[in-house]
Amino acid sequence: MEQKELQVAALKNGTVIDHIPTEQLFKVVSLLGVQQLTTQVTIGYGLDSKKMGKKGILKIADKFFEQDEINRISLIAPSVKLNIIRDYEVVEKQLVYLPDELLGLVKCNNPKCITNNEPMRTRFKVIDKEKITLQCHYCEMKTKKEEIVLL
Amino acid sequence: MKKESFVSIVDCSKEDILHLIQKAEFFEQHPNQRILEGKVCATLFFEPSTRTRLSFETAVNRLGGRIIGFSDAATTSSSKGETLKDTIKMVSNYVDVIIMRHYLEGAARYASEIANVPIINAGDGANQHPSQTMLDMYSIYKTQGTLDHLTVTMVGDLKYGRTVHSLLTGMSHFNPTFRFVAPEELRLPEIYKQFMDNRGICYSEHTDFSPEVINQSDILYMTRVQRERFTDLMEYEKVKNVYVLTNSMLAGSKDNLRILHPLPRVNEIARDVDDNPKAYYFEQAHNGVFARQAIICHVLKIP
Repeated sequence: MEQKELQVAALKNGTVIDHIPTEQLFKVVSLLGVQQLTTQVTIGYGLDSKKMGKKGILKIADKFFEQDEINRISLIAPSVKLNIIRDYEVVEKQLVYLPDELLGLVKCNNPKCITNNEPMRTRFKVIDKEKITLQCHYCEMKTKKEEIVLL
Repeated sequence: MKKESFVSIVDCSKEDILHLIQKAEFFEQHPNQRILEGKVCATLFFEPSTRTRLSFETAVNRLGGRIIGFSDAATTSSSKGETLKDTIKMVSNYVDVIIMRHYLEGAARYASEIANVPIINAGDGANQHPSQTMLDMYSIYKTQGTLDHLTVTMVGDLKYGRTVHSLLTGMSHFNPTFRFVAPEELRLPEIYKQFMDNRGICYSEHTDFSPEVINQSDILYMTRVQRERFTDLMEYEKVKNVYVLTNSMLAGSKDNLRILHPLPRVNEIARDVDDNPKAYYFEQAHNGVFARQAIICHVLKIP
């Protein structure tokens, strides 16, 4: 096997999330609840990437995400790939999908929306997956991609 | 049995709308029935709206039901900081149906997820007012004999006017042609135009409130330029007197034209129109009672 210089150490078991846009890395960390994990996590920031120039990478030991969990990052990092590692081998690649509905993830931009005035979870329908247009389930206001504010 | 609420006209299929119209027609012929006997209805008005509340309460009374509630949130626990959730949970223990008006958008949808009784939305901020839409559509049906293939002209505040947006959505099932007459500042929002484009609905926009537009119309839906929807009062002053209908403007209009207005009117319809047989706005308000009787029975699954 060709010996490459590794920028971060190899993982025995767990998940590697590669090609995260650098500026979104810590948002991804927060959305996936990485701070709450008790396993070892390596966070690589500003690493060199042929494809992206700079990238972020997350190596999370002994953690395998459910598709629902991982889809939470689809709004900010739609093109990342997850490598599922078992015994130092990539056994599966997982993609991120934008779900039909986003729960407790996005803030409604309408100050008169009930979700901004009651202690409750926000809920959005994804009404256009290509352009990424969301509609608040409660006040029915539509939010375009560039207006999306994460909670 | 699944609880059925009446929150947004968006949830109503063509069949739902036709069913409600049929029911409203029945109640117009038989307004006094004892079918809500033994039932208690709550009217929770977190924001005052005398007209809507009286119309709903008349509907309940004519059906023999009883009413509890409030007409102003200032006298309730929500003024002490109680959440909407707690108020709705508490009231839904007492009653069979909740009719609610709230100043926040989405309040009725949220309430419908919390309550174990049906919720009827009597207006949630600038979002939805579906019982108004039902009475508008019942009025159109009654005066035209059909909902299909009509030319509906909407005039005034098309940007903030929720009745316009909801009526547009409700009528979209019936192959309408729309004419939108509004000042530049109050034009119909882009998303509604996209909605119509997607559904292949024919429409045109005008800034000029001209006889040509009036003369093509089957329904002239006038709206008030509402002061309370403006953040910039200068903008309100600029546009409030722009689109006023006078009797002389109706000279060449179609015989079947009827003028609708969700009321209250300020000055957008001159008083001399009131005596024209094409003026229909007071009868329209009367139809509200029958439409609301139909809605109440619909959510309570009373056949």
